[in-house]
Amino acid sequence: MKNLVILGAGTAGTMMANHLQHHLKQPDWHISIIDEKEEHHYQPGYLFLPFDIYAPEDIIKTIEEFIPKDVQLIKNKISRILPAENKIQLGDGSELCYDILIIATGAKIAPEETEGMKGTEWQKSVFDFYSYEGSLALRNKLRTWEGGKLVIHITEMPIKCPVAPLEFAFLADSFFKHKHMRDKVEITYVTPLSGAFTKPKATEALEHLLHEKGITIESDFAIEMVDNEKKEIIDYGGKAIPFDLLVTVPTNKGDELMERSGMGDDLNYVPTNKATLQSKDYKNIFVLGDASNIPASKAGSVAHFEAEILTDNILLYIKGEPLKEEFDGHANCFVETGNGKALLIDFNYTHEPVEGTFPFPGIGPLRLLKESRMNHMGKLAFRWIYWNVLLKGTHIPFVSATMSESGKHYA
Amino acid sequence: MEKTIAGKNITVNEEGYLTDFSQWDEKVGEALAAEANIPLSARHWEILTYLQNEHKNQVALSIRRIGKSGVTDIKEFYQLFPTAPLKTATKIAGIPKPASCI
Repeated sequence: MKNLVILGAGTAGTMMANHLQHHLKQPDWHISIIDEKEEHHYQPGYLFLPFDIYAPEDIIKTIEEFIPKDVQLIKNKISRILPAENKIQLGDGSELCYDILIIATGAKIAPEETEGMKGTEWQKSVFDFYSYEGSLALRNKLRTWEGGKLVIHITEMPIKCPVAPLEFAFLADSFFKHKHMRDKVEITYVTPLSGAFTKPKATEALEHLLHEKGITIESDFAIEMVDNEKKEIIDYGGKAIPFDLLVTVPTNKGDELMERSGMGDDLNYVPTNKATLQSKDYKNIFVLGDASNIPASKAGSVAHFEAEILTDNILLYIKGEPLKEEFDGHANCFVETGNGKALLIDFNYTHEPVEGTFPFPGIGPLRLLKESRMNHMGKLAFRWIYWNVLLKGTHIPFVSATMSESGKHYA
Repeated sequence: MEKTIAGKNITVNEEGYLTDFSQWDEKVGEALAAEANIPLSARHWEILTYLQNEHKNQVALSIRRIGKSGVTDIKEFYQLFPTAPLKTATKIAGIPKPASCI
């Protein structure tokens, strides 16, 4: 019997377990998935928690309920990967051999990378919303906050869900309007990029929205430190931005397991072939989701599209056939813009988000890069799709793993 | 688009980055630096050469990587190329603007 081991039971790992159990069956194959956590979090929900739109119970379920019964769930810490020996060392000292390894250990915040970020003001006036604890602490703060300078800040790229900080800014505008205190809050959006987003057409649309909502943008800001006494963020050029409430997206890093195993780059991401999702260093190791260094968005939708292609590639690898070089960096993201509206962007490695209709060319019902209520309904419906369709590895009808160019307005 | 700089015809993109590195020479670099109001010292040149080598070796450039390069630290990098150092320095070096991750 051969062993396929999946590291990490988050969005990406769970989807792979569900896909592969249909193809790799006992007694030929044994599939196991390792994670030390008990809970599976719907991470996009961290955006809504601070504004009391979602409650904790909306976004937390157990890991167990999404792992198929033929897949063994091992709740243990992963100490090291020994890629030369095809072995995993677990926290209790035991070892596990693999024939094929899938790394899906994700990415997480590393506020300690920035001087002063995790200082005396951490979770007093300096918050993150990329962790459950951070998001919940911020919710409690916002319930009683009386206003002042709200600074929404990105430390450095890449980060998970690069549109989330913008969505936070839009939702904050909406939140304070509903509380009849928008006039007491000055919102500034601070980014290391030269504009609101990484792609020109989307940047234009999003900056227009920021402007419309009275949100100031400070671009090209590379943070050096957080001054906890003066309550300022300071960049390497010496520019200081004062805050009463700082909502920051700290540096994101891959799992420390990569550092311990000597398999990551300087941010602990695993060097990966961006078209096949095979590790660049080891042929029997595949990487998907946020754990890889491929230049695609770190987002659940990307992991979903990757999972469909990776399933095919693992089956090809087992047969000894050449891998499909098919992954195109496809991402599909709803962007909440506040007041019950959202826009939708669909893009890949080579095509930036543009206007158009989705998923049916010329029909929609969703509109790309334009605010609409329908898009917002799509975003809210997505939580249900996530728990009931996506994690189970079921194909989402009409949405292909590689991006479709029809129905889109490329200049 | 075409542009004449330091008496030479070069091709640049809409943001002013050279599209063909073979058109770059030190005079072009100096002229591009002058456009950005940066007089080039020996330290500037060390960093520009480092950036060009990294590009040649297909290393993705980032502020973080430059901070760890051993060639300069982030503080000095900002002093030498103020405001948006990586964008300014790559433009002067004649290499593409680093693609920020999406």
